Amino acid sequence: MITAPTIEYFALAPLLIIFGAAIIGVLVEAFAPRYLRRAVHVPLTLLSLVGAFALVILQTIRGVPTTPAAMGSVAVDGPTLFIWGAILVLSFVSVLLINDEEQFVPSAAAVPGSAEEEKAITEGAAHTEVYPLALFAIGGMLLFPASNDLLIMFVALEVMSLPLYLLCGLARRRRLLSQEASVKYFLLGAFSSAFFLYGTALLYGFAGTVDLAGIREALATAGGTETLLLVGTAMLGVGLLFKIGAAPFQAWKPDVYQGAPTPITALMASGTLVAAFGAVLRVFWVALGNDSWNWQPIMWGVAALTMVVGSILAITQTDIKRMLAYSSIAHAGFLLVGVMAVGEAAQNALALSGLLFYLVTYGITTVGAFAVVTMVRDPGGEAWHLSRWAGLGKRSPKLAGVFAFFLLAFAGIPLTSGFFGKYAVFRSAVALGQGWLTGLVVLAVVASAAAAFFYVRVIVLMFFSDPSADGPTVVTPSWATSTVVGFSAFATVALGVFPQPVLDLAEKAAKSLFVQ
Amino acid sequence: MEPAEILSHTGGGAISLAWLMIVLPLAGAAILLIGGRATNKWGHLLGVLMSVGAFVVAALVFLQLIGLDPAQRRQSVNLYEFIPGVANIGLLIDPLSISFCLLITFVGSLIHIYSIGYMSHDPDRRRFFAYLNLFVAAMLLLVLADNYVALFIGWEGVGLASYLLIGFWQYKPSAAVAAKKAFVVNRVGDFGLLIAMFLIFAQFGTLSYAEVFPNAAQASQGVQTAIGLLLLLGACGKSAQLPLQSWLLDAMEGPTPVSALIHAATMVTAGVYLVVRSGAAFFPEGSTAGLVVTIVGVATLLAGAIIGTAKDDIKKGLAGSTMSQIGYMMLAAGIGPAGYAFAIGHLITHGFFKADLFLGAGSVMHAMNDEVDMRRYGGLRKLLPITFVTFFIGYLAIIGFPLLSGYFTKDGIIETVIHHNAILGWLAVVGAGITGFYMTRMVVMTFFGPKRWDEKAHPHESPAVMTWPLIVLSIFSVGLGAYLILSNRLMVFLGPAVGLPAELPGFHPISVPGLATLALVAVGAGIAIAKYGRAEVPVVAPRGSFLTVFARRDLYGDALNEALFMRPGQWLTRLAVFFDNRGIDGVVNGLAAGVGGSSGRLRKIQTGYVRSYALSIFVGAAVLAGAWFVVGTL
Repeated sequence: MITAPTIEYFALAPLLIIFGAAIIGVLVEAFAPRYLRRAVHVPLTLLSLVGAFALVILQTIRGVPTTPAAMGSVAVDGPTLFIWGAILVLSFVSVLLINDEEQFVPSAAAVPGSAEEEKAITEGAAHTEVYPLALFAIGGMLLFPASNDLLIMFVALEVMSLPLYLLCGLARRRRLLSQEASVKYFLLGAFSSAFFLYGTALLYGFAGTVDLAGIREALATAGGTETLLLVGTAMLGVGLLFKIGAAPFQAWKPDVYQGAPTPITALMASGTLVAAFGAVLRVFWVALGNDSWNWQPIMWGVAALTMVVGSILAITQTDIKRMLAYSSIAHAGFLLVGVMAVGEAAQNALALSGLLFYLVTYGITTVGAFAVVTMVRDPGGEAWHLSRWAGLGKRSPKLAGVFAFFLLAFAGIPLTSGFFGKYAVFRSAVALGQGWLTGLVVLAVVASAAAAFFYVRVIVLMFFSDPSADGPTVVTPSWATSTVVGFSAFATVALGVFPQPVLDLAEKAAKSLFVQ
Repeated sequence: MEPAEILSHTGGGAISLAWLMIVLPLAGAAILLIGGRATNKWGHLLGVLMSVGAFVVAALVFLQLIGLDPAQRRQSVNLYEFIPGVANIGLLIDPLSISFCLLITFVGSLIHIYSIGYMSHDPDRRRFFAYLNLFVAAMLLLVLADNYVALFIGWEGVGLASYLLIGFWQYKPSAAVAAKKAFVVNRVGDFGLLIAMFLIFAQFGTLSYAEVFPNAAQASQGVQTAIGLLLLLGACGKSAQLPLQSWLLDAMEGPTPVSALIHAATMVTAGVYLVVRSGAAFFPEGSTAGLVVTIVGVATLLAGAIIGTAKDDIKKGLAGSTMSQIGYMMLAAGIGPAGYAFAIGHLITHGFFKADLFLGAGSVMHAMNDEVDMRRYGGLRKLLPITFVTFFIGYLAIIGFPLLSGYFTKDGIIETVIHHNAILGWLAVVGAGITGFYMTRMVVMTFFGPKRWDEKAHPHESPAVMTWPLIVLSIFSVGLGAYLILSNRLMVFLGPAVGLPAELPGFHPISVPGLATLALVAVGAGIAIAKYGRAEVPVVAPRGSFLTVFARRDLYGDALNEALFMRPGQWLTRLAVFFDNRGIDGVVNGLAAGVGGSSGRLRKIQTGYVRSYALSIFVGAAVLAGAWFVVGTL
């Protein structure tokens, strides 16, 4: 007789709400009349995110479960709840940006520049599918860092990625670039998924299970030199490092971030990054935690390469979105420093809380920066080329001021949230007391200084160059966009002046560490 | 008696809400600056409300504090951790900080109210009130901080707000230059404070008062003196003491309420606060650092007084007098516990009568179409009766006319100093005599004698919103000194915060220094009356003797700065630029070119072809797996 699996519905409720809302969204697409769809989708999407967030808070208040849910395959623990909260907040603000109709193509199937496209535009067609697609992606993001078993993690990876591949191709302007980005992301994403799956298979061969805790147990008895384990870990690592955009797997990031509709870029740069780091932590700390001396040296090389490549390549970028993409790569390198700071329980809690804080602050600032990008427009779409941003400080000082502030936060200047994020992560790495890691922190600080150059260069360009006569126009933002910019700016200031509440929250989440 | 221990506040009450004092005006500034033109209509009222609100909070905190046992009157309220392990943001509520809070918020509120009238014709009145609020908030943070980091934030905030306010009429080149000068000169002092903070942190591992002060004696004598002198450098910058005095006279370019707020009642007192606050730790009685403080104080009080004698600009005359009076406070503060109460007492009474004088001068200027040259005043007492009476009371208070405020506090300083160091004390007596001269000169030239203004001016008394603050300030200028000094009220109150001398001083109305001071003041006033009251005052200033020119040119302070610092500085920068271009830039540019070049080369990898990206992933995976293998099997 087969016993039915037990499912902890309360623990999984945030996931279920998001997926449930996504499925309702599909039904709306199928049955609701066209003129009603948007009016249903926007509140449905936002309310489901709010509901899921409320449940996350409720669970945090009621106490964190100590055993994994759903027969040991999904781990809802302190860090998961914090990451969920972060993803839900970041998704909420990203969805507010998606709410801008100007960003998405009226008919994706029409060939760019064709008569069909003209027709779709005049008819006022719209792809309201973006809302359920975004919800599916968000659901995947939630499941990804919570999966306690490699197969569930793979499923989550695909659930997260497939809608994003599609969404990347839906930009209204510069459609060829957008479609190219979509195809590139899809091909490379599928390629990296294959690595992930192959690594899973090899690790199954090593441990006889795909359960993270099982792999940990198997490692405790084995010596750690088995070929299956070593190659399996490397393959799994490739799949995960691809998602966070670590070098040498970063090549997709600038192309995709540039081509995708900017609100989708904001979602990817914030939510996906948080989710992927959660998954990296779970695999490397939970499953491979006892093997850290084996992966730390390799991770060291990857982190060093990532921050150097990100910081140096950003210097010659002339496109604002590509520059932000390289900045995201450099930040991934800084975050990897914290991933390596693993040791005793207290040390792990310190490192984890630093990472969680960094992820939240970086995510919020990123969404704000991309929201500003959506507002600076040329007749043909957003003004991406940096030369178009010259003198923006003289035309619209408030917007340029906010953007300059975001850039300073990326650079990690004190009194911005970015400073405390870097401080928390680097402090935990130094606290480990290992020379090799302290050396990497020194490299990270030097890379931050190099990175500060291209952030400040944009500020100089905006405030100290003369605006050109036919410069871009700054659109009057919708309530949603101004909410996003205002929220991000407020959070970046507040977490820079008054970081303690969120640091405390991250510390509390990190105390319970990952369940095993 | 040593200062009491700093306890961490546990109970509730007004003390735990002390942060409202800072947040209210800060919120006011934020609303007015962010709200922009939409707040033009009611902006000034909001500014006044926030300042008055801060005063109400300060008064409530004060009432709760005096209800406590004296040993319990130093409470630190921790707000939050700012940089984990290094700095907390916390407030120290003790008799010293609350005295400052009451002075700042009370005088500040009066100046806010006065500004409603004074700035009523200015299109940017809202922005002005935003800066005033910002200034009050920063100053309150400075005095309420329970550690040097938070103090420094307030310190810089005050610097910023004063820059904005001095340069408020930035379309006037002179105002813009004055603002810049104040900023740069203050920066020199700020470096002193910063380095002192570095030394304190290196020595004690913390910057919180509660941990630094009790352990200060453990540091070596040399370190203690070094910290003291660097703190003094910071204090000199903010308090316009020699050698960093040059900014104060130019700073009169700001609107007059600014001069009253910044350059009389609050900002310039920050240096005195810093010395008194750190006094028990870094300027103990009889220390070298303390001696240097007293010497700086005496030198400044004489220099300020001499500058005051030759100025024809009414505000610059008052500015010289501010320098001089702050010099008295520094002199007293350098002595140790015996002097603190008089330093703070003079600071408080001076805050009132100097605000009274400045606002009175503003009222005169308001009446005279912003004319500041006293040679073009004369005979205004009948036309501006309220201004005249209040100004006259302020005048009597500052020269130390018996039984008025300044008499008690200044006489206290002189008596105490003579007791410790006769030379410095008698120099202070001479300074009092000069004060008698220049202040009498100012009153005579402005309010007495024949009218010397041209026909176009129509002097009129200011509106009630400006005269009422004057009346309130002049009432305090009369009675406050006696209240604070008689029966050592202020000294005993401040005792838990700054310590008490071994024996409390008595008040001796008839003493040699006291009588000598009064005699010298009378002589000074007499000379002024003879020279400016009896004789004709020419409308154009005569060339004057060597001494007059010396004083008129601010004792050649600017020329000295220019010759000693600016010219060599320019040469140094030219030299540095030369070497920089040849040597350092070569390296740096090479490095930058290297980074840029590698960026350009690396960029070529980003071909845009999926196949090459996939190849790089594949190669990367192979390298990773190989590395894993090597590391794992080692």
